[in-house]
Amino acid sequence: MIWLKKILNFYFEGFKNMTVGRTLWTIILIKLFILFVIFRIFFFKDYLKTNFKTDKERSNHVIEQLTH
Amino acid sequence: MFEHVDFSLVNWSRAQFALTAIYHWLFVPLTLGLSFIIAFMESIYIKTGNEEWKRITKFWMTLFGINFAIGVATGIILEFEFGTNWSNYSWFVGDIFGAPLAIEGIMAFFMESTFIAIMFFGWNKVSKKFHLLSTWLTAVGANLSALWILVANGWMQNPVGMWFNPEMARNEMVNFWEVLFSPSAISKFTHTTSSGFVLASLFVVGVSSWYLLKKREIVLAKKSILIASVFGIISSVYLITTGDYSAKTLSKTQPMKIAAAEGLYVGSEKAPLLAFGILTKTTDDEILTDSKKFILRIEVPFEGFLSFMANGHSNSFVPGIKDLVEGNPKYNILSYYEKAERGYFAQQVLKEFKDIKDKESPEYKSMLARFSDKDFLENYLKYFGYGTFYDKDEVRMKMKILKIIPNIPLTFYAFHLMVMLGFLFLLIFSLFLYLILKDKIENKGWRWLLRLGILSIPLAYIASESGWIVAEVGRQPWVVQDMMTTLTAVTKINSSSVKITFFLFACTFTILLIAEIRILAKQISKGATESK
Repeated sequence: MIWLKKILNFYFEGFKNMTVGRTLWTIILIKLFILFVIFRIFFFKDYLKTNFKTDKERSNHVIEQLTH
Repeated sequence: MFEHVDFSLVNWSRAQFALTAIYHWLFVPLTLGLSFIIAFMESIYIKTGNEEWKRITKFWMTLFGINFAIGVATGIILEFEFGTNWSNYSWFVGDIFGAPLAIEGIMAFFMESTFIAIMFFGWNKVSKKFHLLSTWLTAVGANLSALWILVANGWMQNPVGMWFNPEMARNEMVNFWEVLFSPSAISKFTHTTSSGFVLASLFVVGVSSWYLLKKREIVLAKKSILIASVFGIISSVYLITTGDYSAKTLSKTQPMKIAAAEGLYVGSEKAPLLAFGILTKTTDDEILTDSKKFILRIEVPFEGFLSFMANGHSNSFVPGIKDLVEGNPKYNILSYYEKAERGYFAQQVLKEFKDIKDKESPEYKSMLARFSDKDFLENYLKYFGYGTFYDKDEVRMKMKILKIIPNIPLTFYAFHLMVMLGFLFLLIFSLFLYLILKDKIENKGWRWLLRLGILSIPLAYIASESGWIVAEVGRQPWVVQDMMTTLTAVTKINSSSVKITFFLFACTFTILLIAEIRILAKQISKGATESK
């Protein structure tokens, strides 16, 4: 437990004493929000998972796309 | 096939992926190289106990941190795109792509996040040696993270170690080590990471040159140039060596890429290497004719240098675009027409297999066995992707086959630009090292070199991105070499949605890039004394 406390304290102190890092963390958090919330949910749905129920259907669809 | 393809969709999907990859690659190489430069600097600090080295280490560490923070997770978008825009591809490559990416994710999380925290927060909190170890492990971890994505890319350039499962229409890894140690994966990893080392060295030289021009941070600048120019020279030599290995690998796995990069329309023995050239505008109809292809061409004055680079023998034959398309029986080169017929046959076998409903029938079992039959694998399935270009009508097929040739001018110019800049960088590092050792770097007569040092930062990025253009444009139309084309890999969605995300990415990444440049510039302008 002492070790865990030490590790947590290490990170806490580190973040607290950051100067440039604060701006960077703000950028990181905004970026992650844009990537994982806005882009991922609204624009990047997994096409095969969304449009087909089973792996068999997915593989049949891909074979149709691959062959002519 | 071609009649049903929405080329606008394919082009926008490609543009979107290229945009994302190019932006992502603006951040990565600096991380790969700067992490090692910092590790060298800190090692000297620990060895000498000189506080000046600690100050220098911390300064570059701050710049490293800015680049790392802005760049982190930009690559994740590529993975989003696989599932949405390249779903056929994602399915087709199966766990071969998934496994290395998963390892990359775990490695990046555990190694980088843990040791980067110690690197930044651990000064005076952990022992000096443990701090140094963390810095080294951050550098090694960052480069090992790159290994896995480059292994996946190497597999796309040269698919090995897998079995195509016709029931699932996907490739399954059967030999992890063959995938990991394939010559393509090795050349991809070594050449790409060493290009990052060169870029980071130029970054350090460039920023230090700016300080010297401004007559600020003189000690920091001189010591940094010493480290960066030595690392730059070693990395440049290594980069050239790995480039040579890459050429030898490509000659076996992607000869069309070499032909396009060198503008080699007709192959020959004792093939010369072009130092530089200006191509004429060649239409599709003229590519395979004897029309004039160059306005200007300057050859390296060593006979058979391209043959030597490609095959290790200056007398050997290097196939040109014409030989690859039309075939060359003398050198056992199968024509693209023949490959298209064989690929088409393999596609029909897969199609027939899919239509058999009874899995217990002898017909089903016999068809399944074909996908493990050596003759079928080596002579038909190997050319599966070429079947996309097959047409019963000879004239139409000739037109389609021309689509297997990549964009020659783009590949050619990107390749030569990359090579020329690579050699220029070696010269720049050598000059900087000489002047630092002779303590003449501040002499008025060498101010032009300091300006060139600053200019070398954008040039390094241009060279680095050019390398990726050669690698990725030069292998078109393949996403998986000979097996799957860009046309079949793309998801058939509305092209307008791809356009929207293209511009969304362009805006997001441009904002991130501007943020990075502004924060970096601000820190550099503050100098080592003020920055923390």
